[in-house]
Amino acid sequence: MKLTVALAQINTVLGNLQRNLEKHLALIQEAHARGADLVVFPELSLTGYVLQDLTPAVACKPRGDDPVFQPLLAASQKLDVVVSFVEEDVRNRFYISAAYLSRGQVLHVHRKVYLPTYGLFDEGRFFAWGDTVQAFDTPYGRVGMLICEDFWHASPPYLLWLDGADVFLFMSASPGRGLSERPELASARWVNHILRAYASLYTSFVVHTNRVGFEDGLNFWGSAAAFDPNGDLLVEGPAFEEALTLVELDLNQLHRTRSRLPLLRDERTALVQRELNRILSDRSRNSGR
Amino acid sequence: MNPSPDLSINTELARRILTGFIRSEITRMGFSRAVINLSGGIDSALSCFLAAEALGPENVLAIRLPYRTSSPESLEHARMVIEATGVHSLTVEITPMVDPLIERFPDMDALRKGNIMARARMIVLYDQSAAFHGLAVGTGNKTEILLGYTTLYGDSACAINPIGDLYKTQVRQLARAVGVPAVIIEKPPSADLWVGQTDEGELGYTYAEVDRLLYLMVDERYTPEECIEAGFDPAFVRAVVERVRRNQFKRVLPPIAKLSHRTIGYDFLYLRDWGT
Repeated sequence: MKLTVALAQINTVLGNLQRNLEKHLALIQEAHARGADLVVFPELSLTGYVLQDLTPAVACKPRGDDPVFQPLLAASQKLDVVVSFVEEDVRNRFYISAAYLSRGQVLHVHRKVYLPTYGLFDEGRFFAWGDTVQAFDTPYGRVGMLICEDFWHASPPYLLWLDGADVFLFMSASPGRGLSERPELASARWVNHILRAYASLYTSFVVHTNRVGFEDGLNFWGSAAAFDPNGDLLVEGPAFEEALTLVELDLNQLHRTRSRLPLLRDERTALVQRELNRILSDRSRNSGR
Repeated sequence: MNPSPDLSINTELARRILTGFIRSEITRMGFSRAVINLSGGIDSALSCFLAAEALGPENVLAIRLPYRTSSPESLEHARMVIEATGVHSLTVEITPMVDPLIERFPDMDALRKGNIMARARMIVLYDQSAAFHGLAVGTGNKTEILLGYTTLYGDSACAINPIGDLYKTQVRQLARAVGVPAVIIEKPPSADLWVGQTDEGELGYTYAEVDRLLYLMVDERYTPEECIEAGFDPAFVRAVVERVRRNQFKRVLPPIAKLSHRTIGYDFLYLRDWGT
């Protein structure tokens, strides 16, 4: 089976849901016209990234009666859509979330579980931590979604892998930094290292979308990318500019790579659980706690 | 051994990000034009080249603001930049603005005079910003911002600053790459506030030296002790550390005394790009 994914690396209007929604609907239409089965937008694609006190004002609920999700769900009748937004739960906590929409339904919502609050990041000040990491079934197989800092921790992709995900959809709003003599920023190099590593270690597809544009002095570097289960780069979008980059994932590659390299078959999950239990219950040690 | 961290940058990448930044941050504020205080020095020359590339030279106004003691060479170097970039230009001599105030206080020292000149230039720059419908593009580099080698509300005043995260050493590298005339890159940097003034003479060290130290401390998070261990002179390190600390006030908005539940600067938090 083949899955054509459109990587939508967009700029956003900070705090303007309506304008961002319009851009989403136009790109969903374009992705459909170009033959995509799935279009993936970057982190906080509906709102912009450095929201600070705008956070409560741009929150949505991923339901059919939400004015932002209603047209997105209608658009998902044509192809599957992944968007990212500020989610407000029933107790009025705010999350950085991503929703997978398919055929008019919300198949899954992932709430970002790691909120960077250091250096130039201040997410923990404004957002609540998500509490689950789960794979889910789609018309194209079992998928897992993570948002930016989530995949800077090794465990969320590992959990998705064990939960059955063969395609990882990663979304970022990654501020560009680390200018040196090299042709790309350090932040771009770091992210692409780990994307390739996950594809290789988990013999899975890794798809990453990242924002472009500026928010005050921060730049976002784009360069959406997809890696196959051998860790090979399939496609890379342009740096710094908006683009809709299509890539065809040949899902049969999972069969071929895992025949050669049965890392999933040999993964010793009971050993991991046993050792984790031991490490976490040993009160005399600090590692892992 | 004097440590030599590599401050070299990929100039194509820097140019791409900085022109994108100028375009984005000016157009989203509802403008399409820029004004620049063009001194004849390397920093404003670089900002002018970047703004001309980002917005088109027809959308940039470079203003030359000489005082009667300013070096004729500065005026000539500014002219070279105007010619090379094709931007609009205007020359407004600040002497008639500045001299009456200076004459009012006969004991005024060079520092006060220099600050008055820098602030007089700011007044003209912002007035032309309104007349030309363009935002003021800043010309302060990372070295001078960290050292506080700048006049508050004077040369530091701007709407956006494309070069404030580049050390002087890196400004030189990027200036070369974008085509700033060599004579401007190679001359000794000077605020040109009085005859014979040079930055390095006033600061007491060279940009090449202090950039290496600042890069280690700020970018690479070396402690002052580690910089001394790495070979820097202890007195030099202490002087720079203290200078950076003492000038923090120039890098922040004035603190507002908190009284209410929500106070600007503490818990009223929005980017400038709010809604755009």
